Amino acid sequence: MTVLLVALGAAVGAPLRYLTDRAVQSRHDSLFPWGTLAVNVVGSFLLGLLAGAVAASAVPGAVMALLGTGFCGALTTYSTFGYETVRLVQERALGYAALNVVVSVVTGLGTAFGGITIAGAIWS
Amino acid sequence: MRPERAQWPVIGVISIGGVLGAEARYGLAVAWPAHPGHFPWATFVTNAVGCLLIGVLMVLVTEVWVAHRLLRPFLGVGVLGGFTTFSTYAVDVQRLVAAGAVRTGLLYLAGTLLVALVAVYAGVAAARLATRPRHRPVEAARYGGRESGS
Repeated sequence: MTVLLVALGAAVGAPLRYLTDRAVQSRHDSLFPWGTLAVNVVGSFLLGLLAGAVAASAVPGAVMALLGTGFCGALTTYSTFGYETVRLVQERALGYAALNVVVSVVTGLGTAFGGITIAGAIWS
Repeated sequence: MRPERAQWPVIGVISIGGVLGAEARYGLAVAWPAHPGHFPWATFVTNAVGCLLIGVLMVLVTEVWVAHRLLRPFLGVGVLGGFTTFSTYAVDVQRLVAAGAVRTGLLYLAGTLLVALVAVYAGVAAARLATRPRHRPVEAARYGGRESGS
């Protein structure tokens, strides 16, 4: 059952990452990978919210499998984040590479922490 | 954000690849559960392996193979994108800090980042080394090297 929920969530999350990236990347001309940053930040916030809700026993574990492990896990990506950062280094855009690392980590972690805090405030 | 018709096969293979990648990540997490306050090895290894493989894949599809147009979306965006995760990484760090394992949290935060980026480099370098044609040194000498020739 859990395997099926993970599959359902991932079947939607992965293509949504692709479509979001395309939509975001077509709206600017810079080398900076805004598309991947966007999905990683949104997915981190959602997973934080879910983790907080599960911790407060507000949602069942099945929702975590579907939306957390499946959807948020597939919506966000470390491989594309890593590859795009290395590409920026190889294209000598060192400032963008460093900015991508710092902004991704700070905003990803910040929104995850925020999501958990908000969930805690709502459900505890 | 409505996709045009030609996009549907791409979206389909990304969806299938994403499911395969996510199931592999889930399987590893079940087999190797992270205990509260302890280093989340399953997510760490998942992200490191995914980064190594994207490095290999991108060299193969952009420099070596004349790849089918759906191969990169399937393996790169789908399988590896679905396998690796940024959201679990972020929430893992929060959980470690909340459990009072601040040092483990910082080690995991910086360790994943460092190992992931080195893994992409290693994947790219290994793939280039493994697929380098044997006759290239002769060609390079004749044309004055790859860098100045291109």
